[in-house]
Amino acid sequence: MTAALAGGLRLIGRLTVDGVWRLGVASRFMSIVLLRSATTFRRFRLLIDEVYFAGALSLIIIVISGLFVGLVLGLQGYETLKRYGSAEAVGTLVALLLVRELGPVVSALLFASRAGSAITAEIGIMKSTEQLSAMEMMAVDPYSRVLAPMFWGGFISMPLLAAIFSAMGIVGGYLIAVVVIGVDAGAFWSQMEANVDFRNDILNGVIKSIVFGGAVTAIAVFEGYDALPTAEGVSHAVTRTVVTSALAVLALDFVLTAFMFTGI
Amino acid sequence: MWRETRLATILHVQSTRRKPRCAMSSCPLECQPQEYNFKGNVRSENLVEFDGVDFSYGATPILCNVDIGFPKGKVIAIMGGSGSGKTTLLRLIGGQLKPDAGNVRFEGEAINFMSHARLYASRRRMGMLFQFGALFTDLSVFENVAFPFREHLQLPEPMIRDLVLMKLHAVGLRGAHRLKPAELSGGMARRVALARAIALDPSLMMYDEPFAGLDPISVAVIANLIRRLNSALGATSIVVTHDVEESFKIVDYVYFISQGEIVAQGTPAELRESEQPYVRQFVQGQGDGPVRFHYPAGAYDADLGVGG
Repeated sequence: MTAALAGGLRLIGRLTVDGVWRLGVASRFMSIVLLRSATTFRRFRLLIDEVYFAGALSLIIIVISGLFVGLVLGLQGYETLKRYGSAEAVGTLVALLLVRELGPVVSALLFASRAGSAITAEIGIMKSTEQLSAMEMMAVDPYSRVLAPMFWGGFISMPLLAAIFSAMGIVGGYLIAVVVIGVDAGAFWSQMEANVDFRNDILNGVIKSIVFGGAVTAIAVFEGYDALPTAEGVSHAVTRTVVTSALAVLALDFVLTAFMFTGI
Repeated sequence: MWRETRLATILHVQSTRRKPRCAMSSCPLECQPQEYNFKGNVRSENLVEFDGVDFSYGATPILCNVDIGFPKGKVIAIMGGSGSGKTTLLRLIGGQLKPDAGNVRFEGEAINFMSHARLYASRRRMGMLFQFGALFTDLSVFENVAFPFREHLQLPEPMIRDLVLMKLHAVGLRGAHRLKPAELSGGMARRVALARAIALDPSLMMYDEPFAGLDPISVAVIANLIRRLNSALGATSIVVTHDVEESFKIVDYVYFISQGEIVAQGTPAELRESEQPYVRQFVQGQGDGPVRFHYPAGAYDADLGVGG
């Protein structure tokens, strides 16, 4: 009994030490990426390429998902609000849900699955095929040339994708509530305009999407660089990116929501 | 002693016997005094020098008290079995790894003490051909070779084009400049990587298993290129390989490495006639010898659960 308890404690201790150690390695890694970011902004083309890779190529999934989420919100919102005689408030409901929560969170989850996994896979494969080593031996710093542009490309793309997701969601809500069900279009837009606050709702949503973008891209870049240089290693790194990013986004969302909307 | 004198004559440098350090150091390998230690005492004669280098990956020792020199203008092979530390030597020269003890010098300067900027400046004078080419798969052949020019030199586009085509012409692949790496054979990819490695006319060329996985024609082509480019560039070449036949045709000198130590060295002609058991086993491709066929294990009977 005592031995089992000691074994359990040892396991918890080892996992804690490993976790803290890995967090330290990741922090050190990200510090180097940030310190060597000057090239990214001096050679703007590198940044544009990465915004295209992480952002533009994620547009289709973001647009379609945003539209469908908006359609569902419109339907569910209308059905619920109708019971209280305030079906015209469906526009407000859809907009608030999207800009405060669903826009940043769902687009961050989609971004982690689409762009985050692609970033990890690309860096991991570059590592396993010695492309990063070759770059080093050509006196080209992979941190400046590859990792920093990828980080900043994802960081910049994420808030833009979240905004597009929310906009498409509102379009979806409008299509269901106004075009299909017949809610008054003027009431839909005017209530939304009156009840959605720029600073409390939109700006906080934008801050969330910036934080999520930074977290997801940092995890993706680190996992790619930290991947074992084998097929299995890259595959595990991609899985870790998606899982860790999803957990990080949900945890950060709780913390940010607590600070932003409840006055804690 | 006669052997060292002879080597010194061949390579125009003098050799010095160094005191074996491992017995006193913390290196976990049981290093024997290196019988044929060779190191130029005239620094300028050696482009690269290892000075009592120990290196380990975690608790696994890889190199122990390695003490060798690579004279300028020569093609030198580092040979040894898989996992003997050959590629680690190249990575130490390139500064991608740092020794646990000792120094690795390039042009007389210790690489392991260089600042980040200084190390990158030194790497501009090095070229490295990786085992499988390490071409950038998203770039065409032309863009792969143009990569060092675009990164390091502010040249007009027509000049970059001319330089790239000249480099590709040197490896016989000018006509393939529009292809993607995925469209190349293994030998062609290796040649494109070679063109990229020599882009900035390095003074040191390093080749990591340049013949691995190639057909005999490609092997001969790459071997000729290594020799020809060394002469054309006036460079020093270090070839890590276990291909005895092909490398003996093109190199001036060979170091044999085993279990982290330099166990033999000499010109190809000397090594062909060597009586050293390790060299004989390696050169003649014998399955068993000083390098055992079986990985160390307990009693066979006991593992199978038979016998007493």
